[in-house]
Parts: sequence; structure tokens; C-alpha cells
Amino acid sequence: MRLMGYMIRRLLEMIPALLGITLIAFLFMKLLPGDPITILTGGKASPETIAALRAQYGLDKPVYIQYLLFLVKALHGDLGTSILQRMPVTELVLPRVGPTLFLLCYGGLIAVLLTIPLSILSAMHADKPVDHGIRIGGLVTFAMPSFWLGLLLILLFGLKLGWFPIAGWGEGFFGHLYYLFLPSLTIGLFLAPILILSLRSSLLEIMGAEYVEAARAKGLKPTRIMVKHVLRNALIPTVTILAVNIGWLVGGSVVIETVFSIPGLGMLLVRSVLYRDYPTILGLTIVFGILVMVVNLLADLSYAVIDPRVEVK
Amino acid sequence: MSVEDSNILNVEPVLRRKTALNSIRSWPINLKIGTVIVTIIILAGVFAPALTPYNPIVGDFKSTLLPPNWEHPFGTDNLGRDVLARVLYGTRIDLQIGLIMTYVPLVYGLMLGAIAGFLGGWFDRLLMRLVDIAIAFPFLVLIIVIMTVLGPGIHNMYIAVCAVGWTIYCRLARADMLVIREQEYILAAKALGFGSWRIIFRHAIPNLLAPSLVFSMADVVLCILLASSLSFLGMGVQPPTPEWGAIVADGRDFLLSAWWITTLPGIAIIVTGLGFSLIGVGLSTMLGQRYVPTV
Repeated sequence: MRLMGYMIRRLLEMIPALLGITLIAFLFMKLLPGDPITILTGGKASPETIAALRAQYGLDKPVYIQYLLFLVKALHGDLGTSILQRMPVTELVLPRVGPTLFLLCYGGLIAVLLTIPLSILSAMHADKPVDHGIRIGGLVTFAMPSFWLGLLLILLFGLKLGWFPIAGWGEGFFGHLYYLFLPSLTIGLFLAPILILSLRSSLLEIMGAEYVEAARAKGLKPTRIMVKHVLRNALIPTVTILAVNIGWLVGGSVVIETVFSIPGLGMLLVRSVLYRDYPTILGLTIVFGILVMVVNLLADLSYAVIDPRVEVK
Repeated sequence: MSVEDSNILNVEPVLRRKTALNSIRSWPINLKIGTVIVTIIILAGVFAPALTPYNPIVGDFKSTLLPPNWEHPFGTDNLGRDVLARVLYGTRIDLQIGLIMTYVPLVYGLMLGAIAGFLGGWFDRLLMRLVDIAIAFPFLVLIIVIMTVLGPGIHNMYIAVCAVGWTIYCRLARADMLVIREQEYILAAKALGFGSWRIIFRHAIPNLLAPSLVFSMADVVLCILLASSLSFLGMGVQPPTPEWGAIVADGRDFLLSAWWITTLPGIAIIVTGLGFSLIGVGLSTMLGQRYVPTV
């Protein structure tokens, strides 16, 4: 119940940020070079027709009225019509949310699966060769450009060995798991070092705490101490780091979707930019903004699950 | 750190004269290795014309898609250009991009954050709303949208990153300023009747630098990755300018027949990134900061 109230409050807090996002997206549209009516008519219409069209699209009204009209339309799910595809932007964008979300979650999952054992190993052998190896390896994968790593994975596992498909996102849940493995691995390898650095230092800090000493004195098994007492407490700062990096990760998915030809939001964005399909770019900007906000909300909620002491204020 | 350690640290400077060489000797090993790597890369960029006889832009059509050999250690691309020459000249572009896109926004981001944190009030609230909105967008998407308005090219990329990149430094500086503001030396400066401006710039900012400086090392890496991603997507540095991401993109169509075009420039990015990351880790231990490259 407490969690419900918190959820509602957080959702209400999202409204001003959403207004900001739409306002900025709208202003971008206004800043774009070229008059939409000239583009629409090809510059061959009579002044009367142009005036009529201006009135029809509401372009004769002051800018703030135009913004309000845009908002009202957006609330009804109408984000305009794509110039390139000649279909409503909403219909174009919505089916592409799935692949992007799947890719992000899968990539995040791979990153977490790599992070937890590697940081425990690193912390238990602090300043030994294993630890140095993991940390240097992390710095190397952190500096790898995702498009480069993606291309190399395609070359090795896709083209040379033929183990994985190199494009598309497959059919059904297991199809997605199979098709999106290489792209998600690319995301995971970028994200994991950031998480490992954070989790390792939190683990080291907590391993020196008195209650861990007490657990050891009680004669608990080292693995049990590590998982039940140390790891759970060390996870919280790492979740913050994960949440803070989501924005960067969503951006990274744009590049990775292009490399692996995944029919998601990012690939649509890149294509729309290349063909200057402004209504689609606008719609995508808003959807990306909402995506980041939702993920941040989920991260905040997960604190409460990991740490019952967290005040849901 | 135990009591003995801190005693040693306190005694050390008295026993040994502080010369430049001695202070370099006391650097953490990461910082030393990182500095060496970055110095080598800077030198490679500066002396590119002396290191390679080939032109990075004009190719030789008689020698296209040659695999690595003695004459062309990194092979040649589809236009017969020497890939090593392109990577070496690319060093100039990528280092310039990484440094400008990190340190220009750092300067005013830090100042704005410090001022907002110290003064509070409407300025602080307005600035933080702006930062919140900028953070709500995925960074790369925002840059791409701005680049759509401005058009592709390296200068527009600078403008786009300068318009957005300062927010992280603003947040870092503001958060620390809120803590510093209450400390004795600032209260003392206030009591002495110094103006806000003097306190912010002479007393507070020097103490705010460390976290931003440590983060900036990760930021250089991220900016080079960002710029090469944009060039890879065709929105950043335009061909035929040799930029590492653009070279990787050039090789994309020849992945199976000429792996070297794509692979080798990527290694240049990784080595550069590793160099700056090592400096970052070393600085963080020296300055007592945590090195976590968040974005």
C-alpha cells in the first residue's frame, strides 16, 4: 500500500519532466530549416491555398497555441504522420518499442550476470593478480566502441563460425533470446566494467564491517556470508549506477540496433535522421524520454525490494 | 588507512625535498602507465607525417584492399589508402574531439554548478530543472536530434555536445558545493566580508575540482566513443577526414574480405581509452576519490 502511494506520487512527479520533454521536442521542430507548408506543396501552390493550409494545420496561430494543440494531439496518441512511410508516427513507433526494451533488459541482465561473480572474485582477492586482471580487462572493454565490438562479434560468431544470426530479432521469446544474444553481449560488456568497479569497492567496504565480522565469528560459511550479508548490502549503490547509466545505454542501443539490423526504435531514429523524416524524429524523441523516465522509476522501486529499510518518501 | 600510514604520509614531505621528479615517483603505477600511453598517442598524432610516408586522404588505386604487409603494416582500404596513415592522422582528430568535448563543457558546467550551489534560490531551481530535462533524454539521442537541426559535421558536433555535456559537471559541482558551503573556511571567508564571487572562485572552486577532474578522464573516453559512434552513423566527422569511427565504418562493407580496415582503428580507440582510464584510476587514488565512470 505504501509502495502504491509512492508509485502514484512518482508518476505525478513525471508530469513536469514530460512537459519539458515535449516542449523541447516541439521547439526543435520549430527550429528546423524549411517551412513545412512549402515542403508539403512543393512550393507550387497559390497564396490562398497556402493560407488555407496554414489555417488547417494551425500554423497561423501563435506559437504557444500551436504547442498546446500539439500537446492535445499527442495526448490522443497522435504524433503526426511520417513523411517517409506515409503512416501515423504512433503506428510506426509502437511496434518498435518491444525489440528495444528486450535488448536493453537482456543487455542489462548479461551485465549483472557478469558483474556479480566477477566483483565477488575481485573483492575476495583484492590487489592480487586475479583482481588486477579483472579490473584491467574491465577498463579495456569499457573503452571498446560498441559498433566495433558488434562488428567483430558478427565477423567471428556470425560469419566465420556461423553460430549466431547477424540480423533481425527472431520469432517468439526463445527466438529473441537467440537472435539478440550478440547485441546484448555487446551492451553487457560495456556496462559490466562500470558496475564491477562500483560493486567491488562497495563489497570491500562492507567486508570490513563489524556485522560481517560477527557473522564470521558465528561460524557461518564464507559463501553464505558473502551472499546473504555482504552482497545484498553492497548492491544498492550499484543499482544507482545502473539506473544513472540507463540513459547512456538507451543511446548506445541506437548504435547497436544499426549494427545488428534490429527493427527497434534506434534503427528507426537513424533512418529517419538520414531521410530527414522530422515527425518521426519528434515522436521518437518523446518515446525515448518516456523510456528513460520509466526505467529510472523501476530502479527506484527496486531499492525498496533490495533494502526494506529504504524510506519510500 | 591505519594510523601508522597517515603518520608516514605526514612526515614524508619534511624528509624529502619536493621536486617534480620526486612527485612523479610517488604517483600510483596506474597514473604512470596511463600518462606514458597518452603521451605516446599524442606524439604519434603530432609526428604522424614523419611516421608514415602515405597520404591519409588520397589513395593509390593500384593497391586496394591489401592485407597487412611490410609496406602497409595495417593494410590498405578499398580506395588504396594506407590504414596506418589514416589511423595516425585520425589521432589528431580524435584527441582534439575528446579533449574539447570534455574540457570546454567542464569549465562552465563546474562554474554554473558552483554558483547555483552557493547562491541557491531561483537560479539554482531554474538550472536544476534544465539539468533534469537534459538528463531525461538519452544523451546520444539528444545529440542526434540537435545534429539533425544543425546538420552533420565536426563543428556542429562540438556545438551539440557543448549544449548538453555541461550538465554532469554542473551536478557534480553543485552537490559538493552544498557540502562545502557549510564548512569553516567558507564561513571564515564570509566573516571576513569577502564577496560571494571571490568566495566561489578563489575558495570553493579549487576544492570542487577533484571529482570533476577524475570524472573528466572517463569523459574523454566516452566523448571519443560518442564522436566515433556519430561518425560511424554518418552524422559526425564527414569523409574523407580520417576519424577512427569513420574508418571502422569504411571497413564495414568489407568485413569478411578485409578485416583489417575495421579491426585496427578500433584498437587505437581502445588503447587511447585505456590510457585515459588508467590516468583516471590513478588520479582517483591520489586525490582520494572513487573512480566510477557513470554517465
